[in-house]
Amino acid sequence: MKSGHQHPFLGGLPLIVRKSLRQHLLSTVITIVSVALAAGLMMAVFAIDSQTYKAFTGGPMGFDAVLGARGSQLQLVLNSIFHLETSPGNIPWQLYTTIKEDPRVELAIPYALGDNYRGYRMVGTVEEILTRFEYQPGQKFSLQPGGRIFDSSRREAVIGSFVAQKTGLGLNSRFKPYHGLVFNEEDQHGEEFLVVGVLEPTNTPADRVIWIPIEGIFRMGGHVLRGSGTDYQAQSGQEIPDEHKEVSSVMLKFKNPQAGFALDQTINKQGKVATLAWPLGSVMAELFQKLGWVSRVLSLVACLVVLVVAGSVLASIYNTMNERRREFAILRALGARKRTVFSAIVLEAATISALGALLGFVIYALILAFAAAIIRNQTGVVLNLLALHPVHLFAPLGIILIGALAGIVPAFKAYATDVASNLSPHS
Amino acid sequence: MPILEIRNLQKSFRSPEGGNHVILDIPEFCLEAGHQAALEGSSGSGKTTLLNLIAGILLPDQGEIRIASRNIAPMSESDRDRWRALHIGYVFQTFNLLQGYTALENVLLGMMFGSGVDLSFAKELLHRVGLSDRMNYRPGQLSVGQQQRVALARAVANHPQLVLADEPTGNLDRQQAQTALGLLRDICRENGAALLLVSHDPHVLNQFEERHSLDSLNCAAQGGGEE
Repeated sequence: MKSGHQHPFLGGLPLIVRKSLRQHLLSTVITIVSVALAAGLMMAVFAIDSQTYKAFTGGPMGFDAVLGARGSQLQLVLNSIFHLETSPGNIPWQLYTTIKEDPRVELAIPYALGDNYRGYRMVGTVEEILTRFEYQPGQKFSLQPGGRIFDSSRREAVIGSFVAQKTGLGLNSRFKPYHGLVFNEEDQHGEEFLVVGVLEPTNTPADRVIWIPIEGIFRMGGHVLRGSGTDYQAQSGQEIPDEHKEVSSVMLKFKNPQAGFALDQTINKQGKVATLAWPLGSVMAELFQKLGWVSRVLSLVACLVVLVVAGSVLASIYNTMNERRREFAILRALGARKRTVFSAIVLEAATISALGALLGFVIYALILAFAAAIIRNQTGVVLNLLALHPVHLFAPLGIILIGALAGIVPAFKAYATDVASNLSPHS
Repeated sequence: MPILEIRNLQKSFRSPEGGNHVILDIPEFCLEAGHQAALEGSSGSGKTTLLNLIAGILLPDQGEIRIASRNIAPMSESDRDRWRALHIGYVFQTFNLLQGYTALENVLLGMMFGSGVDLSFAKELLHRVGLSDRMNYRPGQLSVGQQQRVALARAVANHPQLVLADEPTGNLDRQQAQTALGLLRDICRENGAALLLVSHDPHVLNQFEERHSLDSLNCAAQGGGEE
């Protein structure tokens, strides 16, 4: 006759929990949403921290080192790799030609900065950036259909995909640059550039750059070259003598890692003219170490939020204990053991936490998408929304555990409910 | 063969003044298996306390309570809970149905702590008490008479050997009380369960061949009870 036997202890628990959650639906939903916010926040803080670290220290930089003016290596990297910050100064053209000829150097590409178009940097450089440079192993910049590489002797530009998307520039568009690295509408140059190519997205800071021939920067109206130590302004139709030329930085790719050690010795430790930022990952890692306290504070705040939410799980269940004393007494009178009632409350707290943690993934995705959009807008660095991190496992598990622990306090109250005195209704 | 045997049972409560108030002192009581007995007692005479002791919800200060020859007094609380779930059905004056649960779930819940869920038997019981079309109703959606019928079905859901009924008709009008009482007795008979019903309602008590007066069983009632 028996059709569906269940374990007498476990059988009733899911039903009791489900009924209780339904009976206190409003407080259950509010608590689940609070847990979800805490879970999402915690996962987002840890995941964004980890992903930005990876993106800025080990992401697709494509170069091994940056040679620039004497000063901060970090500033050099931020300026030349991530196209952020100001340039620490210029170095003579001769340094570029010298290092380019160095047998240890596989690729040397000069960058000359100084102008922007609506906040997007114009980088004066050579064709090799588009023909030889690999922003990821085996991956060179590629042009969208119809585009071509700029002609070094013309005022032509190849623009990154993000620039095209944000400024509306496209193939055959013409634009006039603005002076400086910060967009100032009143400071526009008279020279007009023609867009001859739009790059396919690379998901790197290069997407935010307008590439033009280096001569374009040299010859921009009002630009003064001080490569020889004296002021020189390029004249139309006249070749610029090399001694007057200067560049903001030289991007370097070495033939082997030993070259980095050797050049570091020669340029940074023995020389006084320039700075070699190398290795790039370590330079950026230093920045993250300096800013490590920020992520530690954020992590701490996220953990505290989880604890606060654990408190709210406790409070939401504890507040129902008085009205549920009769329910527990009835359950006990029906044969439920004390530990069954205790387990039901702990399971209820764990269920609220688990549902919250599950919903937390949605909150996490929203926060991450928002943060990724901001980071991409500001730096061009793209975070991988689907990248897994241990926090995706440990945060939900930890929250469920903490939630279950929070349920222990009300569970003890339920455990201690006196059956006989609570079987009659209380007015 | 007796299903319930009580010997030298004593139960006292601490009074607000600090003294020990003996509420029950029953030298002997027994109920044969399958029999139905009514226990008469005035309000405050310790009827509910006695049923709670028999159900293992309360522990006696001394004495034996044997159900199916097994003394439940020395059992641990957990064992008494299990024993109660498996061997005893309980019907309360206030029905004590769980409000968030449907009629069917209330019956099933009783089974969950006992021998296990038997959906078809739970439905059969609700059908037997005339609630086939109300199985998915919550107590608040049922009349008091219907609620008491759900409570009856729940009380016998685990095939108990003994059903305790504490003023089961106390909240019902005369007609509903008569129906519920008849149903309770029939359903116990059909399931082979003995019935011990406590009441102070003469109309209910008169329907039982076997009647006991708690006041005469209980020495504490005769002697004042203060220790």
